[in-house]
Amino acid sequence: MKKLTKMGAVSALSLIVGASAAFAENIKIAFIDPLSGPFASTGTNGLHQFEFAVEYMINDKGGVLDGQTMEVVGFDNKTSPKESLIQLQVAIDQGIRYIVQGNSSGVAHALTEAIDKHNRRNPDSRVLFLNYAAVDPALTNENCNFWHFRFDANADIKMDALTDVIAENQDIKDVYIIGQDYSFGKAVSAAANSMLKEKRPDIEVVGDELHPIGKVKDFTPYARKVVQSGADAVITGNWGADMLGLGKSIIENGFEGPIYTYYAAGSGMTAAFGESGKDRIRLIAQGAINPIGSEEARDLYNAFLKKYPEGNIDQSRIFNTIGMLSKAIEQAGTADDVVAVASQLEGMEYDSMWGGTLYMRPQDHQLIQDMHIAVHTNDDIEFDYDQSGFGVKNESTIEMASKDIATSCEMQRPDPS
Amino acid sequence: MDLILVNLIDGLVTGLLLFMLSAGLTLIFSMMGVLNFAHASFYMLGAYFAYQISLALGFWMGLLIAPLIVGVMGAGVERYGLRRVHQYGHVPELIFTFGLALLIEELVQFIWGKNQMAYSVPDVLNFTAFAISGNSIPAYKIFMIFISIAIFIGLLYVLTKTRVGMIIQAALSYPRTVEALGHNVPLIFMGVFGVGTALAGVAGVIAGPVLGTFPGMAFVLGSIVFVTIVIGGLGSLWGALVASLLIGWITTFAKSYNIAMSDILNGIGIVTPTDLEDNIFRDLWTVTSPQIADILPYILMVLILIFRPYGLFGKRAA
Amino acid sequence: MSQIEQAKNEPKGARPKEQITTDPSDAAQRMRAGSMIIPVTPWVIAAVLLVLMPFIFTDNSAITIMNQMSITIIFALAYNMLLGQGGMLSFGHAVYAGVGGFFCMHVMNWSDFFAGLPLPLLPLFGGLAGMSLALVVGSFSTRSAGTVFAMISLGIGELIAACSVIIVAFFGGEEGVSGNRTYAQPFFGVEFLQQIDVYYLIAFWLILSALLMYLFSRTPVGRMANAVRDNPERAEFLGYSARWVRYYSFVASGFFAGIAGGLFAINYEILTEENLNTASSGVILLVTFLGGVGFFFGPIIGAIAFTLLQTVLSLQTELWAFYAGVLFVATVMFFPGGLAGLLMMHVPVFRLGKARLLIIPYLKTLLPAAIGLLGLAGLVELVFHYRHAATGDNEMTVFWTTFDSHNILPWVVLIAIAGIGLGIAKKTAPSLLEAWNEATTPDGGTR
Repeated sequence: MKKLTKMGAVSALSLIVGASAAFAENIKIAFIDPLSGPFASTGTNGLHQFEFAVEYMINDKGGVLDGQTMEVVGFDNKTSPKESLIQLQVAIDQGIRYIVQGNSSGVAHALTEAIDKHNRRNPDSRVLFLNYAAVDPALTNENCNFWHFRFDANADIKMDALTDVIAENQDIKDVYIIGQDYSFGKAVSAAANSMLKEKRPDIEVVGDELHPIGKVKDFTPYARKVVQSGADAVITGNWGADMLGLGKSIIENGFEGPIYTYYAAGSGMTAAFGESGKDRIRLIAQGAINPIGSEEARDLYNAFLKKYPEGNIDQSRIFNTIGMLSKAIEQAGTADDVVAVASQLEGMEYDSMWGGTLYMRPQDHQLIQDMHIAVHTNDDIEFDYDQSGFGVKNESTIEMASKDIATSCEMQRPDPS
Repeated sequence: MDLILVNLIDGLVTGLLLFMLSAGLTLIFSMMGVLNFAHASFYMLGAYFAYQISLALGFWMGLLIAPLIVGVMGAGVERYGLRRVHQYGHVPELIFTFGLALLIEELVQFIWGKNQMAYSVPDVLNFTAFAISGNSIPAYKIFMIFISIAIFIGLLYVLTKTRVGMIIQAALSYPRTVEALGHNVPLIFMGVFGVGTALAGVAGVIAGPVLGTFPGMAFVLGSIVFVTIVIGGLGSLWGALVASLLIGWITTFAKSYNIAMSDILNGIGIVTPTDLEDNIFRDLWTVTSPQIADILPYILMVLILIFRPYGLFGKRAA
Repeated sequence: MSQIEQAKNEPKGARPKEQITTDPSDAAQRMRAGSMIIPVTPWVIAAVLLVLMPFIFTDNSAITIMNQMSITIIFALAYNMLLGQGGMLSFGHAVYAGVGGFFCMHVMNWSDFFAGLPLPLLPLFGGLAGMSLALVVGSFSTRSAGTVFAMISLGIGELIAACSVIIVAFFGGEEGVSGNRTYAQPFFGVEFLQQIDVYYLIAFWLILSALLMYLFSRTPVGRMANAVRDNPERAEFLGYSARWVRYYSFVASGFFAGIAGGLFAINYEILTEENLNTASSGVILLVTFLGGVGFFFGPIIGAIAFTLLQTVLSLQTELWAFYAGVLFVATVMFFPGGLAGLLMMHVPVFRLGKARLLIIPYLKTLLPAAIGLLGLAGLVELVFHYRHAATGDNEMTVFWTTFDSHNILPWVVLIAIAGIGLGIAKKTAPSLLEAWNEATTPDGGTR
């Protein structure tokens, strides 16, 4: 009896997996990120931006390589490294050669390693990994490989830009650093400590602590310590519910200074902060939203809003990713030979519609771009987030941030075949 | 030390909130003998309903109506779900509530999506009540304390002083005798389940604005509620209160003071190894109390279960 | 029996004092006691099937999914040694598989030693690691069953999961620990570069551990585990220590969970916090219960069904977890024996030779019911799309048909399908019940 069930079940499996493997005319991009579970909102918003980028920037303009269209296929990895690896295999079997992922550096580590192994073991079906948001510096340092490209600035670059701005602000004497207790939170803390020491030796780090990730119900005790420490500014790498909880709690309990963050915008967070976070929350990000980088970007954003009135473009790098990938495919003259495409991406310079020139450093595959410090406000906001009237407005810009930042990457390039 | 006072207040708020959840859960447990895994999900439903109602009718109507809806839903779950599964035994009952918790989370995402809801403190209460050396205590927290204490007193009064309470208490211990006396015991059970979940709903309504209203809010709080009633002693209302406050204060204080493991170890005479970077116990040495604050209740629970399996106040064990 | 157990059962009055247990009479009767003879045929068929499977499904992704299935099967069987056979409900069993897996990962990275070790032996180390942890934890957690055991397992599970981000030296923090299986000593020339090689390694361990676990359930200890589950007091009167019987089962379960963890390490070459956390522990509980705890093969069915839901259905719809939740709650409410219980209900029918009586009524009821349910699922998708899809993006695809979700027609069609299908099913249900009674009654019987 059990055999029968097993047979039935598995034949259903092959049907479903096989059914979608037939077409290969268009260029497919596998989007492997959470579409269900606690981080699904970030993942779904990302998928919408990718789908829109491909439609608006590529397909509506005649496609690439004599009219081939692009298609983004969503794969739900439930933020689980295990599921990501399964979905990666499914994607490869469907003939997909481009993988995009961004949520969680843990998943990115699992993917980049698996892709490196896969490409070495299966030279016939190599794939590229376009990382649009995972910022752990290790991915472009000790754990770098030829197949991985990062389109977001890594945590060190962001901190470099952030500390530049803090260093210029003479009102800031004491800084409190707080983050989630895992690799990224620790990286933020380490970078902040060393860079502040270098740029403004007089600044004192009055608090430096980590809290359990995703487990804290009430941030009040942490907020008390921040207030008690007499800090003038707070730096945090928190994201998701931990960011909102921490930010709200700090403001509520009487902290008056600026809060420098990595991820305090979009996904309902801007609306939830609302008035209470005005002129308090600052954000380090790439891509200029208010004022917007170019007319082209304005048209794009308006078209996006027409399609997703409740949506936000909070990851403008997604559009850079698609733009640079299509340019590389055009230049390589092929979408099937990923080594050729990767070689084109290496060292590419690209004018972004969100402002500035982008440069893909060949030595570590880290994209160098302008970084902006933006403030959460409702003044001069053309494009708000979460339909709340609030959005992020640029305060300062660091051009080609950390262009020469050191890397420990020893890039191993495949033999030309 | 002003900070101690501030922490006492913060811990009290956390503890009382926990109590509102664990009070209902422990009542349900002593009645049906089953741990309701979906209890925190009713808390989440309370917050979401209140958010939805507050959009149309304001916060106060939400506070009034949302718990009622949650209570009715809870009663429905008991009547049409649990009562059916009850006949199969305890494990299926427990697993049923476990599945229900998953299902409610999915339902909430289905209806409200996956984002944070902009459910916030009403303007009337959005001010600083007073400040203790720079630490402001929001008025909303004082409001939370009053609501929880009022509920505790009300519950205690109903259970011990009223006729209904007497029947409930009797039905908890000797359901067949009470039934023989002509009372409708299944109805009592359903009622207690409904009230228990409604209490969770109240907790959700008032906690939603401060702790955030999002699909993961039940999961974050889920297992800590069990821990509370296990520490307090299953079925004991006073135990639930003491354990809730204990957990509230322990976690608050552990987070507020950076006590490093190396200090403790040095204190008892163990010297920090010089080659800490390569030591396999290096992570143990660098642990600080805020890092482990939220797992302290679990450690406490395991210890209590090993040495006193019926909890702090579990009188019935004798 | 612990005091808390008594306290908990007292109020109900109506029931005899009992352990937390699955339907005891049922399971105890079904497993034919005493015989150590193993029915060989099912095992041979299973082995042959496992060998042939990759020839039917040649895709790498299908093989990856089958690997995942096999690992889940071993883990679920190990879990059922506790839940089904021992009556112990654990909320933190993922840690034994996880710790086994992490230990294997460290062995893999211990290059001198690993280079001399054939890869197929690696899971043994995982098993030993899982067992060692179970030896320690079991020494205090198995003193009593029921709620105390369940809560200790939850506490320990949370503790170790929390440690995974604190104790970076062993658990590798959020990134986890990764390694490369191909650095092992080649095993008869096989370097395990390809998924298919790994598949056969896992299949071998699947058969071996399933067989061992089956044998364990037939040993005196395994039988006593059943007795202790059903009535610890009587078992004690017979001279067995309920505690030690539970302890042995627990340690054995930890060993096989560790094996599953080791296979996970080989298949994915990475272990992370997710292998330890309470969500994974919850999943394995779902899997086991869905399959049915009363039968040895129940968890196997559960593991297959759940893996398909998780990996294949999730490709089709965002709402997969919702459907899984509905399926799960429905199973608990209506078929507490799980899928295996559902299948085994039919054994008496076959014994009586009356299976034919059921075919037509089944077709009459289940077919419309299935169509109705699919219609209902379509409606759910439609509502979801209507609420959450982008404006202007009105097109949606359900069951390979693309249409406009803002049009009235699909709503009408799907409501009609659901209504008619379920309506017919409801109407024909009584005659199915009649046929069922007929088929389960021996000829000439009075009932």
